[in-house]
Amino acid sequence: MGNRYESLVKTLLILAASISILTTIGVLFSILFQAVEFFQLKSFWYFITGTEWSPGYENSRFGALPIFAGTFMITIIALSVAIPIGVGSAIYMSEYASRARRNIIKPVLEILAGIPTVVYGFFAALTIAPALVQICDFFGVEAAYNSALACGVVMGIMIIPVISSLSDDVLRAVPSAQRNGSLALGMTHSETVRFIIIPSAMPGIISAALLGLSKAIGETMIVVMAAGLRPNLSWNPLEDMTTVTVRIVDSLVGDHAFDSPATLSAFALGLILFVITLLLNMLSLSQIRKFKARYSINTL
Amino acid sequence: MNNNPFHDPSLAQRHQSARFFKWFTQACIILTLAFLFFFLFDMARKAYPALWQTYVKVEISYTEKSARFTQRAVDKKYRKIVSRAWLRTIPAQLEAQPELMGATVEQWVLADDQVDQYMKGHHHNLKESIIQTVEELKQRDAVELNWNDILLTRGDSKIPENAGILSALVGSILTLFVTMAIAFPLGVMTAVYLEEFAKDNAFTRFVEVNINNLAAIPSILFGLLGLSVFINLFGLPRSSPLVGGLTLALMTLPIIIVSARAALRSVPAAIRQAGYGLGLTRLQVVQGHVLPIASPGIFTGSIIGLAQAMGETAPLIIIGMIAFIPEYPTSITEAATVLPAQIFTWAGMPERAYIEKTAAGIIVILTILFALNAAAIYLRKKYEIKW
Repeated sequence: MGNRYESLVKTLLILAASISILTTIGVLFSILFQAVEFFQLKSFWYFITGTEWSPGYENSRFGALPIFAGTFMITIIALSVAIPIGVGSAIYMSEYASRARRNIIKPVLEILAGIPTVVYGFFAALTIAPALVQICDFFGVEAAYNSALACGVVMGIMIIPVISSLSDDVLRAVPSAQRNGSLALGMTHSETVRFIIIPSAMPGIISAALLGLSKAIGETMIVVMAAGLRPNLSWNPLEDMTTVTVRIVDSLVGDHAFDSPATLSAFALGLILFVITLLLNMLSLSQIRKFKARYSINTL
Repeated sequence: MNNNPFHDPSLAQRHQSARFFKWFTQACIILTLAFLFFFLFDMARKAYPALWQTYVKVEISYTEKSARFTQRAVDKKYRKIVSRAWLRTIPAQLEAQPELMGATVEQWVLADDQVDQYMKGHHHNLKESIIQTVEELKQRDAVELNWNDILLTRGDSKIPENAGILSALVGSILTLFVTMAIAFPLGVMTAVYLEEFAKDNAFTRFVEVNINNLAAIPSILFGLLGLSVFINLFGLPRSSPLVGGLTLALMTLPIIIVSARAALRSVPAAIRQAGYGLGLTRLQVVQGHVLPIASPGIFTGSIIGLAQAMGETAPLIIIGMIAFIPEYPTSITEAATVLPAQIFTWAGMPERAYIEKTAAGIIVILTILFALNAAAIYLRKKYEIKW
């Protein structure tokens, strides 16, 4: 009797655990089927390399290159804000801050991490973008109200806590023998940090940066609210650009038929997004595994 | 000059660069904190005007005509000043109090959003003649800014002065209820299986890889899953808290699993061994001893997962939870919207009056999130056991 109950519960637990597998498979297939349907209608090659994106017309064309370029541009801006500031903050917290100060700063960073992205989007669209336009105006440069720079910067701020909290964990996990050895040889504190601790923690920091990159590529609300809708192939960050996520939202919120190429294109873009973020996540995990293996740490 | 045989001329430079490096890291953290404070200050400043709403004292005539054409209830001069939303309530007022019919009552009524913006000194597009009328009313003390109780007691509206977040708040609660009802048991069960029962085999490792990947999938892709599986395949009602809750549950699952596993792992092995020593089965040990000890940690993680789900917008937009919802939903299958989606919709509205409402909505959601996180921290501190 007891045994049967026990095995019943165990079966239930296994079923619960399988849900996570089912979900991943569900996400993959729900996107894949629709994406395949899209590529039966439109050429995959043109999708990857074409530069004209015009859904909704008679001869609709789906060249996603400008969309990828916009995503790339905004992501680069975001990371060039988030990586230096995030890693710098992490170094301060793990190396210089006193325990009391750390106890204050850590929760504050957690607040920053907890702000919903729709709020960042509002902030980008209503505070940062107009300010940027005014600043550019002052210098006689023309900037769009939905420029890539404004939402890139705000996205960077959003990613700072992602990078800083993981980097902080990694920096603190570097064995103290490394630090003590360096200090014993007469290195200054900052030299120890720069030449010993950071190189030792590098795989972990790379892992944090990759995680930030993956977050930036998949971020939706900030770009939907603050970036443009127009696919724009340009090098100028002050122009409006669009991203993969913006186009996904735009084509699904509109009132096209569900099996029209315009709607299905969202799934094709979603597939690209899925593959890229999955690869980045695997890379990030392998880096952190490398770090753990090097110093045989199992607490991270 | 310097007779110290250990003098190293490069030392000054090395200390200089050490100072510079420390200064750089300090600047990073100060920049981050400064941003947070600027952000909070900016939101509070934008939200502050939403605390007040303009009311005007005008004569309202209750007649047969004004019951049908509510614009006629006020003098032509004041028509652009009184809120259309308030005028629309006249037939209902007459129904509730039939004795009002034929009377002309001077009373405080809600003002139009443009008048409200004018009173708050914001940008407005009132005509010169209307500004004069408002100024006249001001002279007579017939205009005042009152405490805004509309924001928290009414649903969405296309008329800015009548718009509130109540329907979105109820939608959020219903959605999160569905989310937690699904994600919490599934997450805890998965964690218990992985920590207490599973052998290290291919299935277990596959589950772990999947949980890791699930946590990294961009939220918008869960929206695509919700759209094509829950809505198109299962035929569940679009825009409903049911579909929204299911979608968010799948996103919250990895957070709960990871934190529940950490909580279970922190229970010392001695507890389990003592249980086995007394002849308890594995299930009895888990049910009666390990889970109760781990439960504060599990709850803390679940609250954090709940807070994340609360702020999530992108997948809910995809499944249509940005619908216009003036009345709050009463079941999980009705069309609904959620708080962050309401913020998104209002942020896109052309009227200036929605900006302060949006900011006020943001302050509300931030307060809720802050309270949830504080509760999680309190729980963790209070029940933390040092073994």
